[in-house]
Amino acid sequence: MNLDLLIMNGYGLYVWSAFAFTLFNFLILYKVTSRQLIKEKAKFARKYETLNSDQIILAHKQSTNRTFVKTVAHKI
Amino acid sequence: MLSLITEKTKKILISSKFRNLIFILFIIFLSVGLFEALILSPQDYIQSDSVRIMYVHVPSAWISLGIFSMIAFLSLGVIIFKNKNFVLISKSLAPSGFIFNLIALVTGSIWGKPTWGTWWAWDPRITSMLVLFLFYFLYLLSWKLFEKNKAVKISSYISIIGVINVPIIKYSVDWWATLHQPSSINVLSESTIHSSMLIPLFLMTAAFALFSVLIFLMKYNVELIKVKNKGLNRI
Repeated sequence: MNLDLLIMNGYGLYVWSAFAFTLFNFLILYKVTSRQLIKEKAKFARKYETLNSDQIILAHKQSTNRTFVKTVAHKI
Repeated sequence: MLSLITEKTKKILISSKFRNLIFILFIIFLSVGLFEALILSPQDYIQSDSVRIMYVHVPSAWISLGIFSMIAFLSLGVIIFKNKNFVLISKSLAPSGFIFNLIALVTGSIWGKPTWGTWWAWDPRITSMLVLFLFYFLYLLSWKLFEKNKAVKISSYISIIGVINVPIIKYSVDWWATLHQPSSINVLSESTIHSSMLIPLFLMTAAFALFSVLIFLMKYNVELIKVKNKGLNRI
């Protein structure tokens, strides 16, 4: 293994920690947002199941609702 | 016509295919950018390898400034035109802007130790970035503390007042004597950075921008589903 890449002329600790902090924050933000999205989709699917046929027809008139129904279809 | 454009834009924003495409592009740009930044790019003749911190610090700072400016611009639209979609867009942009601001502050601090001999200095550039961080914090906090209508107004005013700080950040290195170096990349005049460093910097900037778009799209979907959820059984 190339130790020069790790040590970086004595600056390795600074460089690697800066990159690690950045990527760690990316991962956390992605995970948190992704979990929120899954949670809201599940809520949408649960609520959609409780609609009667007239409400479903009306809900389908909105294209956004149609798209979301497609994405949560496996849960309904 | 305008509603047709808005409807088409909304379709793209909630399309999972588009989100997947952004994710793939992000991974590609990040992989190539990291390889360039950590391995291929040269050391600086004064700062040696510590200069590599620039490849995460500078793009984060640029993007956090850009996102805050966008939020302020949209908030102005919210106040003048009462556009609800602008509210959703600006609210969805804030989390990634906040995180990029945090990354810029922390990586700047890490870079400061080997370069200036200190983790922190109350220097105009660093302090004004900290002020931006506080504005981001207040913006996000307003959504947690107040009910929707009040939060829309308060968060919009916070971003409009906060955007005054953006030119202060940009010109702080020219207006005051600071520890922070002046801009190496200029749009109107010649940049003072070699292409061997400019290429990884742009690759990392592209990767970070794609990541902020990805988070924005996910967050926008979260907010839109929340709205739709509330309206579903009211039909």
